[in-house]
Amino acid sequence: MKSDIFKIDKKILKSRLIVGTGKYKNLVETAKAIKSSGADMVTVAVRRVNISDKKKPLLMDYVNPKKISYLPNTAGCFNSIEALRTLRLAREIGGWKMVKLEILGDKKTLYPDMIETIKTTKVLVKEGFKVLVYCTDDPLHAKKLEDMGASAIMPLAAPIGSGLGIHNKLNISLIIKQSKVPVIIDAGIGTASDATIAMEMGCDGVLINSAIALAKNPVQMAEAFKYAVISGRKSFLSGRMKKSNFASSSSPEKDLIS
Amino acid sequence: MAKIQINGKKVVLKQNFSVQDVLKKYKLNGKKVAIELNGKIIPQNKYNKKKLKNNDKIEIVQFIGGG
Repeated sequence: MKSDIFKIDKKILKSRLIVGTGKYKNLVETAKAIKSSGADMVTVAVRRVNISDKKKPLLMDYVNPKKISYLPNTAGCFNSIEALRTLRLAREIGGWKMVKLEILGDKKTLYPDMIETIKTTKVLVKEGFKVLVYCTDDPLHAKKLEDMGASAIMPLAAPIGSGLGIHNKLNISLIIKQSKVPVIIDAGIGTASDATIAMEMGCDGVLINSAIALAKNPVQMAEAFKYAVISGRKSFLSGRMKKSNFASSSSPEKDLIS
Repeated sequence: MAKIQINGKKVVLKQNFSVQDVLKKYKLNGKKVAIELNGKIIPQNKYNKKKLKNNDKIEIVQFIGGG
């Protein structure tokens, strides 16, 4: 089999599963779950240091950014100004140029504001960022982002943290078909089989946070997702059989005992 | 003395305190953080030179868990 390489811009990743680092009980659990997921890229948020508690543990003490690539995000940003400020700071922390842009438009649905997102992608690309963009599952918007220089298109399967699975397969498949950059399902995956479906459809990767962190056993669920993604990818590459409305016997019909 | 704000908190610093001194005070020197002074990012090589004055606003940020 020819090698199947997952590449975002010039970055080669071993795993097609990218995981978030939020919502875990503590940093020990975060680190364990990342390990069992096999992911080599994780999303992180940019936030104020707690200056009143000098002993507060840091994510970097548990998840080594030299081994696992950090993908800074703009979670919580509702406009271009906030998102640009956040990512410029993220770049300053350690030279991170590959980032995840996510500009939300509504607090209840956390649906992406595509007008702000498209505008901001343009600025970030100009500043040399490699931008993975959280977006709606609208193929036109996805195409605009790609034309603007996005390094990956990250359409939602369903609202962030909802765990509802892929809601508009048609749109996702249209985006997969038209995109020359990787398509990574971001948001809304609820369980391992959802990830397999996404990968079987031909997505290049999936990004999972809540479905792992909020499972009863997050470390084990992380492993389930690891295999779900591998399985879905292999299935996609293998080419599934044709569907038929009628049965076709699996055993030969010749030489039956009569 | 300089009355400034760090991450939204009012703090009183000694005269001639630099950005680097602030990091030391909070045991953040050498840690992966980024600093914004009055809305402008301060590059690491300016931490020593940049002195703080009354009403300055500093933001010190780091990476935390997120999706």
